[in-house]
Amino acid sequence: MSKKLLLEKAHVEGIRGYDVYRREGGYRSVEKALKEMNPAAVVEEVKKSGLRGRGGAGFPCGMKWSFLAKVEGVPAHLVCNADESEPGTFKDRYLMEFLPHLLIEGLIVSSFALNSHDTYIYIRGEYAWIIDILETAIEEAKANGWLGKNILGSGFECNIHVHRGAGAYICGEETALLESLEGKRGNPRIKPPFPAVKGAWDRPTVVNNVETITAVVPIINMGGDEYAKIGVGKSTGTKLISACGNINKPGVYEMDMTITVEEFIYSDEYCGGIPNGKKLKACIPGGSSVPILPANLLLKTAKGEPRLMNYESLSDGGFISGSMMGSGGFIVLDEDQCVVRHTYTLARFYRHESCGQCSPCREGTGWMEKILKNIEDGKGKISDIDLLWDIQRRIEGNTICPLGDAAAWPVAAAIRHFRDEFEWHVLNPEEAKVRNYGLAHYADPIHVAV
Amino acid sequence: MAEQQLFKVTIDNITVEVPAGTTILNAARKIGGEVAPPAMCYYSKLKDSGGKCRTCLVEVSKGSEKDPRPMPKLVASCRTTVMDGMEVKNITSEKALDARKGVVEFLLINHPLDCPICDQAGECDLQNLSYEHGNEGTRYEFQRRTFEKHSLGPYIQLHMTRCILCFRCVYTADQLTNKREHGILDRGDHSEIATYIEKSLENDFIGNVIDVCPVGALTDRTFRFKNRVWFTKPVDAHRDCPTCSGRAQLWMRGDEVFRVTARKDEWGEVMDTPDGKPGWICNTCRFEKKNTSDWVIEGPTKVDRHSVISQGHYIGMKVPNETFQPLMKGREPKLMMDIHDVSEVNKTNIDLSLIEGPATSETFSPDA
Ligand SMILES: Cc1cc2nc3c(=O)[nH]c(=O)nc-3n(C[C@H](O)[C@H](O)[C@H](O)COP(=O)(O)O)c2cc1C
Ligand code: SF4
Ligand code: SF4
Ligand code: FES
Repeated sequence: MSKKLLLEKAHVEGIRGYDVYRREGGYRSVEKALKEMNPAAVVEEVKKSGLRGRGGAGFPCGMKWSFLAKVEGVPAHLVCNADESEPGTFKDRYLMEFLPHLLIEGLIVSSFALNSHDTYIYIRGEYAWIIDILETAIEEAKANGWLGKNILGSGFECNIHVHRGAGAYICGEETALLESLEGKRGNPRIKPPFPAVKGAWDRPTVVNNVETITAVVPIINMGGDEYAKIGVGKSTGTKLISACGNINKPGVYEMDMTITVEEFIYSDEYCGGIPNGKKLKACIPGGSSVPILPANLLLKTAKGEPRLMNYESLSDGGFISGSMMGSGGFIVLDEDQCVVRHTYTLARFYRHESCGQCSPCREGTGWMEKILKNIEDGKGKISDIDLLWDIQRRIEGNTICPLGDAAAWPVAAAIRHFRDEFEWHVLNPEEAKVRNYGLAHYADPIHVAV
Repeated sequence: MAEQQLFKVTIDNITVEVPAGTTILNAARKIGGEVAPPAMCYYSKLKDSGGKCRTCLVEVSKGSEKDPRPMPKLVASCRTTVMDGMEVKNITSEKALDARKGVVEFLLINHPLDCPICDQAGECDLQNLSYEHGNEGTRYEFQRRTFEKHSLGPYIQLHMTRCILCFRCVYTADQLTNKREHGILDRGDHSEIATYIEKSLENDFIGNVIDVCPVGALTDRTFRFKNRVWFTKPVDAHRDCPTCSGRAQLWMRGDEVFRVTARKDEWGEVMDTPDGKPGWICNTCRFEKKNTSDWVIEGPTKVDRHSVISQGHYIGMKVPNETFQPLMKGREPKLMMDIHDVSEVNKTNIDLSLIEGPATSETFSPDA
């Protein structure tokens, strides 16, 4: 049984309310931080913990915090990124829905560390009911003295504001988020300057994912060193994975990052295997933006070692034979799934969500979508596959924000690993309408072994 | 005042010294010529402009003297400041040229290529850019995006279909006028320039959006279809204007003033006035002073070699072999085209390439 630090109490009756949460040991980390520590010491514990950002990029959280510019007379802000719109990712929703006070607690401690008196939660508009849950929790915390002026007599003041987005994936990108928070059109900013220097209203700002913030609670409670002992290498602590697709038990799982991908998919503790006796074809291990991997490369690295569910192992082999941990949206595809259609669906998403500021992403995403639709509809040409490759190559790295990369990678990986399936679609348009390509040589290694 | 710190930067093997805080693009412009990357969205007179079109991408092969590591990605030269000892590759970088080619292709896939009927033809940055960096023909085989035509008030025509979303007009409206009513609606490849809730733009300086627009998306309604740019002769002129500097360029044919614009510098931007301020002009000068008697004429404008209106620019160029006529609803798409054949104002019996020097009104006067 993997260790649970965040979801341990998720199923305690009434944990959403303040009283039960407090009775179960909630807000201890605030007491500890405000009474026994100073802000620098909190930052130090987070640094020691090795906690990496859970929003997608995996940037070390303590390091990010220490970059925050300290400008005399200018307030700093902590902004919590709850925009969670990456297809396949729904872990933050789970945290906020079931454990709202855990997020509030983490925000208070983190705000103390960063000296943010006004802290924001930017939440995607579609999570309308969660906004109510969070606001209730904030009211309860305020009523019990955890928010407002002079918290626990420490002199520290903190207010949390919930800001609702209007349904745009791009507003999860941190600088677009800040623009939107300021009431402007959610276009990513051109960096530098980075938010740590000029963020919300030009003030130094830290943007952190919901899960990152909640992880601060166990870090302060147990100490950074203890936290760092969980997991392996640079993948410390526990990670939430939202698993979906062709698995028996879709849902949100917390795991320490030592288990293998194989165990994660097939064991009853997690996904519970693939339904209807089907075989594993492919998987996107970290949310729709990260490269798709065929079963053989998913379960074993190119070196033939078992792949683990952690940052280093999932990216082993780079984009040639690896993928990324990303935001932890784990999407499983069985033998009946069509990679072409799947890639087309993702391309449609990115085209729709591009903010349109920079030409490679604005024009390239639409172009890729149209070509993929042609291939899917049996109207493709072999040269279209090379054209797709060329388009994604010229988007990647040439845009203002990483959405361009996020649109390019899935296409690149699909062609890299499943080119024969694309060609089959082009060459057998009639057949492709009535059946899927199937597994081919990406045979399920588990089945092969049996 | 402390002496301003100077940084040494080497671009395409040419070294210049520029004040700290200068962008790579402006350092390259100091060197001039081909070393200066093309800029479709950056506009030195507009705060916050740039970074969007990505035509100015360059490779930084050495970050600085202190930290010589190369930058991992190409950077937008218009928004990246130089460091001391930085080494940059523009036309010497295959990677940058390839990316630029990509950007040009991206900008063109949804562009209508209606140059023959576009008032901007001849002074269009996109035309120049595709001439210098583009491919022959297109790999795009889909219906191009279209929008409705809009009149933004009595003076300005918006052809959204031609827009490359450089945001320059939005910044102009924001920074030059005191009442912004115009911005970008929607997002992605369906974004469009619009005035909020169809308000027309009424402001003394709004006409400048026409000058900043790199393509034919914003054009002068008082000039529309009256003539082709290369048939008119630009002259520098001024008038005593209570609102603006009154320093303008008149586009004349014979004694007739067809169009009034601000004066442009060699980068196609509005030229500074002698006192160092940007030479934006007001709507009265631009739209209402169409008589020679309104102006004091200084003499012919020097036409930059770079411009399409300068002679012989397109000699020997290949006409793109287009493959998608059916998609253009039977219309023959031409990029660098035979500009004479569609617009009625053109005379077809004149071969521009045979004319020495810039075409002038004499060249086209009825009895020539
Ligand atoms: C297009 C795009 C969408 C993103 N969406 C989210 C999101 O919904 N939630 C999130 O936490 N981070 C998202 N990110 C990442 C954020 O920009 C940022 O890196 C993150 O919030 C930092 O938090 P962390 O350091 O705690 O991971 C997105 C990035 C991009 C480029
Ligand atoms: S990469 Fe796409 S989403 Fe990001 S700024 Fe450019 S157009 Fe907008
Ligand atoms: S209308 Fe012209 S100036 Fe405005 S964004 Fe479009 S291309 Fe740029
Ligand atoms: S000019 Fe630099 S990105 Fe457009």
